[in-house]
Amino acid sequence: MVENRPAFTITAHAVLALGVAFMVAPVWLAFVASTHPGADFLSGRLPLWPGPDFVKNYGAVLSQGVSKAGAPAIAGMLANSLVMATLIAVGKIAISLLSAFAIVYFRFPFRVAAFWIIFLTLMLPVEVRILPTFEVVSQLGLLNSYAGLTVPLIASATATFLFRQFFMTLPDELAEAARIDGASAMGFFRDILLPLSRTNIAALFVILFVYGWNQYLWPLLVTSDPSYYTIVMGIQRMARAADDTPLWHLVMATTILALLPPVLVVVAMQRLFVKGLVETEK
Amino acid sequence: MAEVALRQVSKTYAGGVAAVRDVSLMIPDGNLCVLVGPSGCGKSTLLRIVAGLEAITAGEVLLDGEVVNHREPAERDIAMVFQNYALYPHMSVYDNMAYGLRNRRVPADAIDARVREAARMLQIADFLDRKPRELSGGQRQRVAMGRAVVRRPKVFLFDEPLSNLDAKLRGSMRVEIRRLQRSFGTTSIYVTHDQLEAMTLADLLVVMNAGRVEQIGPPLEIYERPATTFVATFIGAPPMNLLHVTAAEAAALARGVPLPEGGVIGVRPDELILADADVRPAAGLALNFAVRAVERIGPECLVYGSPEIGRGDLVIRVSGATAPTPGKTVCAVAPADRLHLFAPSGTRLHSTP
Repeated sequence: MVENRPAFTITAHAVLALGVAFMVAPVWLAFVASTHPGADFLSGRLPLWPGPDFVKNYGAVLSQGVSKAGAPAIAGMLANSLVMATLIAVGKIAISLLSAFAIVYFRFPFRVAAFWIIFLTLMLPVEVRILPTFEVVSQLGLLNSYAGLTVPLIASATATFLFRQFFMTLPDELAEAARIDGASAMGFFRDILLPLSRTNIAALFVILFVYGWNQYLWPLLVTSDPSYYTIVMGIQRMARAADDTPLWHLVMATTILALLPPVLVVVAMQRLFVKGLVETEK
Repeated sequence: MAEVALRQVSKTYAGGVAAVRDVSLMIPDGNLCVLVGPSGCGKSTLLRIVAGLEAITAGEVLLDGEVVNHREPAERDIAMVFQNYALYPHMSVYDNMAYGLRNRRVPADAIDARVREAARMLQIADFLDRKPRELSGGQRQRVAMGRAVVRRPKVFLFDEPLSNLDAKLRGSMRVEIRRLQRSFGTTSIYVTHDQLEAMTLADLLVVMNAGRVEQIGPPLEIYERPATTFVATFIGAPPMNLLHVTAAEAAALARGVPLPEGGVIGVRPDELILADADVRPAAGLALNFAVRAVERIGPECLVYGSPEIGRGDLVIRVSGATAPTPGKTVCAVAPADRLHLFAPSGTRLHSTP
């Protein structure tokens, strides 16, 4: 829409600015709180500008953690979250690429049934099957391990569905040309499907990484050993400190740190991400 | 270098739809065989059967005398050019051509030599580093041909390779395909629905209809002696005129031409000439008809009309100067040896003079 109406432009920008303010304000407050001494926050008067304790507070959470609140050092929890989010994203993509490949390019018995069973699990969020899943994971002895944290979350109907739709838009002749060119099934997958799915993979990686990073309920259930705590559940533990006033300045510093990795992933992959959503290379 | 033979090949899809019925065909080494027919006649299916992309339900496919029914496409030593080219979009032109050779473990320096030679021959040497999407339709077509050529296969298979090009390019690519095929001497099968392509390219022409072969032969022989009314109307433009007549009508229309009851008289639009009603040839067709429309195409005209005797539409090609005006009734004549006679079933009557 190419229009030149000042009133319209001003209104549009005002609405946008308001929206941004709503989104940013809590993050800004968290950041401000993380730079003041702990007592300031509890005084009841909310400071609006950063205080003097930036280095001190962040140094404290990174090196020692908030032991008083029963949470280990932040660095370890960040690493755990990173491992979990990466494993979930990579695992989901690998498995759904392969299952979409099987469903689209192979004629095996019950192929359609297999697809619909996968599709049905779309309707089942993790929370619905969380008790049986916990039972299975604990029977397998996977509590307090990275496998226990990630494997139950890896099977993914959404990603399988997306890759299936993408593969179906590719002309059949591509697979036939590869067959005539002497490519094996996996050769076709590796040399042609994978490179063509590059942008879709990048887009999915961003979405799934954030999904994995934000997991809360499941890590809370399967970890009791502090060395496997993830950052998201760690924050909750710190804020909930039972017999003490929460150390809000440290909690907020942790929150800000927990925000950074997903933001970095989104920023780093933004170009590919947008490309993956809007264009297909065929 | 190979001879391709099909023996009573049939293909029935699950659900009972017969795509190809009982086709037997022998293509001698080095020949270019064109499969032509209307869409849905099974010509592409037949090509894909030779490629090994479709399994057959009956019969045998032979390459150089060997039955290859159960061989994978890659093991048949064939190369195929697809209608939509099917180039790998993420690979450069060079990699597109080299991919099949790499899969066959050809040494890298041999691949390089072959790709560059093919690229030079097809005039795409300047585009080797480009991606297919940066090329024009004609250039993509050349890359698709290059991918087939570098393999040096026993048989080239072309599936309507020119149908996505504009008319001018189609003409020049047609000549080029002919030239390439001749210089390699590779046995080729070419599928098209365009009868002009079919006539100009073929050593051996196969006209198909509804999954069956209607006629096999050199293109001119098929044009001059079509075996069925289907072939008669499919090959040649505008199509051959067919007059459905009774024995009495036949006797009135055409002197000295015996025709059974319910037979069909065929005559090509350019074999009919306009004549005065009283100048009738001693033997042959003389036909009064009402002119319905006249189309002027450059130096000549197509005259459309309905005959006074017999059933069927009529079209005559005449020079522009002699075109009648619509609404008039005129007479068209053709000598007896220019008439094609068909039985009521549509097959050619061999008693034709």
